[in-house]
Amino acid sequence: MSSVPAGLKYSKEHEWVRLDGDVATLGITHFAQEQLGDVVFVELPEKGATVRQFASLGVVESVKAASDIYSPVSGEVLERNVKVIEKPELVNSSPYEEGWMLKVRLADRGEVQQLLSADDYRAHIGETAGSGGD
Amino acid sequence: MTPRTRAIPDVGAATPVPALEPLLFELARPGRGGGHVRTSETAEIPEAFRRRAPLRLPELAEPQVVRHYTHLAQLNYSVDTGMYPLGSCTMKYNPKVNDRTASLFADLHPRQSYRTTQGVLALAYELERMLAKITGMDFVTLQPQAGAQSEFTALLVFKAYHAGRGEGARRRRIIVPDSAHGTNPASAAMCGYDVTTVKSDARGNVDLEALRAALGPDVAGFMLTNPNTLGLFEERVREVCDAVHAAGGLVYGDGANMNALLGVARPGDLGFDCVHINVHKTFSTPHGAGGPGAGPLCVKAHLRPFLPKPWIVKEGDGSYHYDTSREDREPEPLGDSIGTIKQRLGNFGVLVRAYTYMRTLGDEGLVETGRDAILAANYLLALLRERYDVAYDRTPMHEFVLSASRQKKQGASALDLAKALIDEGFHPPTVYFPLIVPEAMMIEPTETEPKETLDAFAAALNRLAERVATDPAAVRETPRGAPLRRLDEVGAARRPVLRYRAS
Repeated sequence: MSSVPAGLKYSKEHEWVRLDGDVATLGITHFAQEQLGDVVFVELPEKGATVRQFASLGVVESVKAASDIYSPVSGEVLERNVKVIEKPELVNSSPYEEGWMLKVRLADRGEVQQLLSADDYRAHIGETAGSGGD
Repeated sequence: MTPRTRAIPDVGAATPVPALEPLLFELARPGRGGGHVRTSETAEIPEAFRRRAPLRLPELAEPQVVRHYTHLAQLNYSVDTGMYPLGSCTMKYNPKVNDRTASLFADLHPRQSYRTTQGVLALAYELERMLAKITGMDFVTLQPQAGAQSEFTALLVFKAYHAGRGEGARRRRIIVPDSAHGTNPASAAMCGYDVTTVKSDARGNVDLEALRAALGPDVAGFMLTNPNTLGLFEERVREVCDAVHAAGGLVYGDGANMNALLGVARPGDLGFDCVHINVHKTFSTPHGAGGPGAGPLCVKAHLRPFLPKPWIVKEGDGSYHYDTSREDREPEPLGDSIGTIKQRLGNFGVLVRAYTYMRTLGDEGLVETGRDAILAANYLLALLRERYDVAYDRTPMHEFVLSASRQKKQGASALDLAKALIDEGFHPPTVYFPLIVPEAMMIEPTETEPKETLDAFAAALNRLAERVATDPAAVRETPRGAPLRRLDEVGAARRPVLRYRAS
């Protein structure tokens, strides 16, 4: 079973968001890393870049496939996780903690309404489980 | 420099590891060398265009250069040196006679008149007819330069077909199975189509209900490989094709796995509207790797008007010409054709090799080829199924997909097993494809391998399974008998070093 921590928000494209005031920390879910297999490369935007909700923000590449990472929120990149770029396997071993990808200053808090709760996301991957990791 | 040493199975011993070959630049010494272009031969070049400083080329004597390339060839692994069970790629042996016949056409010019190339046109025309017969289709274009370009060509043909029926704007979607080759959705996207994926059912077939649910008046077509990428025959292929046709869509056959169907079944009879041929897989032409390739597209009559031009026409008197370029009469207009994909006959030298292969084997030989490929795969699976999980437990055709999930839990992944096979003297199988199988290992022995080689390969893979169970770390540390260990594949793709710089 995939781990889906309560208290986080999720996108249908398998990204998670942790909110702290107007700062969002985001990464890809346990389910996503499971479907991808061993992650070997992560490409992330630099500090100061702008990301838009549901638009591609970077790339995650595994031994199986290269996939876009879609930003669950819009805003300005405050920090990217340099450790995850150096050690992409952190995405597999610790997707919600050490494997975080970006910290973003939210441009529009209302956008969070478009995201899924942990329960909704669990139902979502229940539906899509087995349909491939891409 | 010692010749390449075959890595021996028990790599714990002192295995001689072949050395990497230095670059020509590293071997060079100033003042060494062979021929020089004499100044008198360049006298006709105007002063303004003459080089001021000498070219910075490595200076070497001819024997050094020959040895360099021979050493590189010795480091290489190919079908000529051993079994190459790279699933989905059909790495069969390429008979040397193919190159001999292709060399006979080496001096042709692509724009040469039909008047002086009657034999060329005859060969191309006959090849078209042979491919049409094998696939159960009506017409063929030889132009596409690769399987993926043939997919692209076919989807342009689909677009033209729907546009001709006034449905071009409406039909914007292509459906692919979740087991599809990655090129299928990529080609569809390149043609501007939206892509919908349908899942496979528990038997590894296209889920017919999911397909029916995905079909609609906006669907241009469905792309299907049969046998599919699991090596399994699509059991309900007729119903699949009927469902797509009932919705007004067309069915594209990805011919990557045609080797299994040779003389067994014809895509045209199964309901496909078109199918492409990877001649480098089925008909023993060199695999591309950036070199010239060919991917003929075979279609039913209703798609012919849209095929790339020119077409080869055979007259009643046995002469041939291009329909769009006769010097003695008005060229025929392009009509509904999508235009030209690659000039005239495509990469003709590759097609000569395919023609040679087919003529060498004849009808009976081709039928035997498909059946032997299926027999080899099933024999190999029988030897491996105890120690490895089988993704979908059915009788496969020319290839099968194992899952190394059991081994992954024990501490070594499909990738580790693939690397370990290098030390066993075999090329690894395809790993992590198709995407729907965890820790996938896709194995395709082809009809080329004798029973002894299949036995040796199975023994090696089974030995590795035992080693994973007792000492997975040793398997994770392979290959040990290759000049390089684990390569930085991501770095090679993302930050390639393409130019030599003297340090």
